[in-house]
Amino acid sequence: MDNMAAKPDETILDEGIEKGAALLTDERIEKTILRVLNTEGGARIKVYVDTCVHCGLCAEACHYYLSHDNDPRFSPAGKVRQTLGEMIARKGKVDREFMKKAAEIAATQCNLCKRCAMYCPFGIDVAYLMSVVRRITHLLGMTPQYIQATAHSHSVSMNQMWVREDEWPDTLQWQEEEARSEMPKLRIPLEKEGADIMYSVIGPEPKFQAQLLYQAAILMNAAGVNWTMPATPGWDNSDMAMFTGDSELMGRIKRQHFETAARLKVKKIVMGECGHAFRSVYDTGNRWLGWKIPPIPIVHAIEFYYDLIKEGRIKIAQKYAEPVTLHDPCNVVRGGGLHEKARYVIRAICDNLIEMHPNREHNYCCCAGGGVINCGPPYKMARINGNRVKAEQLFAVKARGARTLIAPCHNCHSGLEDINHYYGLEMNVKFIGDILYQVMEKPE
Amino acid sequence: MDALYRFLSGPLAWVSFVVFIAGSLYRLLSMGFLVRRKEKFIFSVMSWKYSFRSIFHWITPFASVNMRRHPVMTITTFAFHICLFLTPIFLLAHGVLWDDAFNIHLWALPNGLADIMTLVVIAGGVFFLCRRMKLAEVRYLTTLSDYLLLIMVAAPFLTGFIAYHQWIDYRFFMTLHVLTGEIMLMAIPFTRLSHMLFAPFTRAYMGSEFGSVRHARDW
Repeated sequence: MDNMAAKPDETILDEGIEKGAALLTDERIEKTILRVLNTEGGARIKVYVDTCVHCGLCAEACHYYLSHDNDPRFSPAGKVRQTLGEMIARKGKVDREFMKKAAEIAATQCNLCKRCAMYCPFGIDVAYLMSVVRRITHLLGMTPQYIQATAHSHSVSMNQMWVREDEWPDTLQWQEEEARSEMPKLRIPLEKEGADIMYSVIGPEPKFQAQLLYQAAILMNAAGVNWTMPATPGWDNSDMAMFTGDSELMGRIKRQHFETAARLKVKKIVMGECGHAFRSVYDTGNRWLGWKIPPIPIVHAIEFYYDLIKEGRIKIAQKYAEPVTLHDPCNVVRGGGLHEKARYVIRAICDNLIEMHPNREHNYCCCAGGGVINCGPPYKMARINGNRVKAEQLFAVKARGARTLIAPCHNCHSGLEDINHYYGLEMNVKFIGDILYQVMEKPE
Repeated sequence: MDALYRFLSGPLAWVSFVVFIAGSLYRLLSMGFLVRRKEKFIFSVMSWKYSFRSIFHWITPFASVNMRRHPVMTITTFAFHICLFLTPIFLLAHGVLWDDAFNIHLWALPNGLADIMTLVVIAGGVFFLCRRMKLAEVRYLTTLSDYLLLIMVAAPFLTGFIAYHQWIDYRFFMTLHVLTGEIMLMAIPFTRLSHMLFAPFTRAYMGSEFGSVRHARDW
């Protein structure tokens, strides 16, 4: 795998970018950039670019920068300089090669984690500026191939993983049957109108992580929750279109999700342990559709577990003994303030929580989120090399005794597994739900 | 030289004030209208409480994680900006001009203190210049305009300092002082010195987004 390592000077070959770029003309590039800057974009782009005094204080916020021995090309402002800054300075007159590099930087060298917004004295949102670059590359048809394929899946099937309409209820019924061997009266209620809660998940759960559906069903039944899952498209809360810059598709996906919950007349939507989906449902997609806050309350799994434990609806049989550490995912912590609730839950179910440093809002990103892991195998080593600092952070907490790494987010989970294997950390990466399922009392 | 000085300290002084104030208003209002036209959701996010929570954290030395990570930079930038802002307004010699032009009587800094504050601005400028040339992450972002801005900001202080102490040619440096001061004032709305105008708003927006939507700290 080392030959795929992302040397800063090396452009990784991605068919989506290459084939899209081959069709570009200078006129089309210029027209598209100007469209985004002047027609779609507003004051934020202008103010951010005018206000940045090139002080470089954002650099140390970025895990790519830290992991590449402080190479300035990986600093947040450095990435703006190589992409949007240049597009603005040249009034859109940039060539195909420039756009290829810009597409790679925006899509695979920034996780949109917004840590840098907390380090810039002016609060300049570089993640937003990188999203603007992604929007331009989307309109130019040069999004990396793998994530674009995922967006196509969203567009056709309204879920991320090409799960067919019959496969979805089939998977739920399969998991229901499996779980009934453990809790004979267990149900996964489909299409139950007027339930309190619609439980929604991301495409990978039915596709290859069906045990997560099983665990959720056990939890819901043990806690006596009045819940349902839709049997129709709209069950998937994930959203790669938000990360490719395909805002129109993002709107379609989120509308279907909210409309499904509205059709089922539920009081709220509870979602599994996913970060980017939370961002899309809670912050980005709803705003695109014109809602300041989600039209139906959104409860992330962390908050849901918190409520269940606090209200005593879930009892803990025996706490998890192996010392754990918590990775704070950007989208639910820096994006949703769930860090203290996560700690409450973990202290309730685990004997020993050892904090990694930095933590909470200042935690280092997993380097998988923001659609980067969805750009697929060509960029796997770019992610792993781009997050050496995460491995260092984890080795430090392991040295203080932590053995299990809790990551309450799908992207974080997968990204940290890669870090775990490559750097030889040998930690057990788990969701909160994995441990909760293991330690809770399960009534017959 | 006298005619030039009279022109600079007379008509051009008025012009520079008008350009500065009108230009600043124009920049701020046009951005405000642009937000209203394109990004109305920003108003829905804005919160007084979280705006000021954020601004307070970022105008207090060492109140943010990043400021604590860079103590020398933090001390220098606070000292630089405070002196840069206060010295021209409260300098005794400028107090006479405030009085003459606007009939405003301002409290004045003791001359010795103003002298030190001027040196702080100059030293801060030198520090920023060295930082810009020496640190890779800053050098990478630096363009010619960054050096020009630094020179533009330091020049009125340097020339004013030389003129006050009547070194070399007093009249020449006095004239240069007035001219460079006016150039800086007029440049504020139209260069990246406009961070003076926009920083409170970008800070307030990010503070509001973190406070009211993200329920997280932004420092």
